Amino acid sequence: MQTNAAQRSLPGPAPVLEVHGLKTHFFTRNGVVKAVDGVDLTLAEGEILGLVGESGSGKSITGFSLMGLLDEPGRIVDGVLRLNGEDLRAATPARWRQLRGQEIAMIFQDPMMTLNPVLRVDTQMIEAVQAHAKVSREAARKRALQTLAMVGIPSPEERLRTYPHQLSGGMRQRVAIAIALLNSPRLIIADEPTTALDVTIQGQILFEVQKLCRETGTGLIWITHDLAVVAGLADRVSVMYAGRVVETGSTEAVISHPMHPYTHGLIASIPTPASRGKPLVPIPGMTPSLLNLPQGCAFRGRCPRATDACLAEPPPVEVRPAQWVRCWHAGAPDTL
Amino acid sequence: MTEAAINPTPILALNEVELRFVQPVDLAGRIANLLGAGLKTQVVHAVAGVDLAVTPGEVIGIVGESGCGKSTLGRIVSGILPPTAGQVHYQGRPVHAMKGAERRAYELGVQMIFQDPYASLNPRMRVRDIIGEAPAAHGLIASRDKLEYVAGLMRQVGLDPSFAQRYPHQFSGGQRQRIGIARALALKPSVIVCDEAVAALDVSIQAQVLNLFEQLRADLDLTYLFISHNLSVVSHISDRVAIMYLGRIVELADTDTVFARANHPYTQALLKELPTLTPGRRAYQPIRGELPSPLDPPSGCAFHPRCPHAMPRCKAERPLLREVAPGQFSACHLNDGA
Repeated sequence: MQTNAAQRSLPGPAPVLEVHGLKTHFFTRNGVVKAVDGVDLTLAEGEILGLVGESGSGKSITGFSLMGLLDEPGRIVDGVLRLNGEDLRAATPARWRQLRGQEIAMIFQDPMMTLNPVLRVDTQMIEAVQAHAKVSREAARKRALQTLAMVGIPSPEERLRTYPHQLSGGMRQRVAIAIALLNSPRLIIADEPTTALDVTIQGQILFEVQKLCRETGTGLIWITHDLAVVAGLADRVSVMYAGRVVETGSTEAVISHPMHPYTHGLIASIPTPASRGKPLVPIPGMTPSLLNLPQGCAFRGRCPRATDACLAEPPPVEVRPAQWVRCWHAGAPDTL
Repeated sequence: MTEAAINPTPILALNEVELRFVQPVDLAGRIANLLGAGLKTQVVHAVAGVDLAVTPGEVIGIVGESGCGKSTLGRIVSGILPPTAGQVHYQGRPVHAMKGAERRAYELGVQMIFQDPYASLNPRMRVRDIIGEAPAAHGLIASRDKLEYVAGLMRQVGLDPSFAQRYPHQFSGGQRQRIGIARALALKPSVIVCDEAVAALDVSIQAQVLNLFEQLRADLDLTYLFISHNLSVVSHISDRVAIMYLGRIVELADTDTVFARANHPYTQALLKELPTLTPGRRAYQPIRGELPSPLDPPSGCAFHPRCPHAMPRCKAERPLLREVAPGQFSACHLNDGA
């Protein structure tokens, strides 16, 4: 694991985020839920990483672990989390308060839940600036205005004086993104931020986000269940299944040359105009319960390539340059 | 209307269907009006004149952004909401004039599958009652045959019949959606309105459910009205696609035509936004602005404030849905120029 981890870190500038062997478990009355069970991620400055997985794959919990937002009975039990070289697992609650918003920010799925419904947009934004910097209300307000304009909100001066319920879903999500950007964090974790929005609005937001990461050098982890959204957005993609990253590589590599059977299944499940009239090839079965995962490879029960070798847990293997797969039978999809 | 000429016996025909939701000024508003507040009755044209003819055995996809009236249209078709103007014809007979047995046949013949498999199943009913209550109540089956009938339906939608005694919370999202499908099938419908029926599901489960829809259609000769905001899903399952914008159909054509030669600027823009599995950075060219409020729709063509080709005429005059190519209908003034 250690050597793998060392090989994985990218050459060039030091990564903004390094995660090695992250394990987040939930200790419930029914047993230990291994929501995240050995996740490795690295993120360079200005890089966009797509974290793809189905519900229950642990992608959101990975995000929460990075933000220090785990609730009881969840705990990080193992792993290394480094942000700009700083060990996040050693961070005190006071340090976390400084980090959140300043260094790492998060955008959630539902902007109505993120924004306080009884405070005006400007109050919420000024509060977020003043929590991290000793600046005057006026300066904070100016900064808020600037970020609102950055995320493409028309007439930001007026929008500052509105309450969240007066804005449309797309506008609310833009405000949430603007709040995340307020203190120019090094890393933004976006948890399905466009899932609740219409395609046209999703397109607008993807456009803005892509531009912002390029301009500001902010690293972005985009968590989604939709491989198609990530295809046009991310530099690299990590596919998660049952708490583990099963495939990582450049977006081009993962989508054009997927090597893990689960990634094959995900891609074959996506309906397109070309698939009309033919049945889709879905992955059989359902995601296993995280309470009692099968021994070895968790995908074994649904995998067409499963053999006895899969009873042992597959280590991540670099099957092609910079493309890592956790599978004993990694390879290009079978021709149908 | 023109389509009706192509196929003389549509199973379902909508004729200038409109639905207005009226919010009268309330007491506080009337008092405020006495003081000169000038509040008016608010009217939302959720569906503003839709013509559509559905041939038996066809799958029609209805696509649009939230607030375009697609779900309302589905509810009109399934008889949940009566239209305020226009007519719905079922098997050639106007629905509003139906009575007694005929009305019953329509109500049972058009079933609906809802988006949220969590909210659309009664949490206090067992699966056997959720699926079996309606056919027993309508006398399609005898009460003593209920369990057997339910078991058959459960097998048909890919559920283990031994789960019939369970409650909805004991199932996963995909399984619940299958229960919803079995409930709709229990009444032996000829038309099923699927309102975002796969939107809440994971991709791999979504693919399983889409395959189930295809298979049921082949086995039972069903007609689907497939309502979705997801053009990829619609393109996979539909024979024809209707694109809705602010209560009106702006383009209607068979699926291949829509994807190959979309005519309306809105359809073209939607297609451009469609996330596809093409790796590499996309240069997003988003449609500007948002869906206008249906309380105060723009004059003329409702799409003109966001349209890259808008001309002065678009502001003044509403384009009508006209046939621009065989089988392809579009409502846009640009077609007059050429």
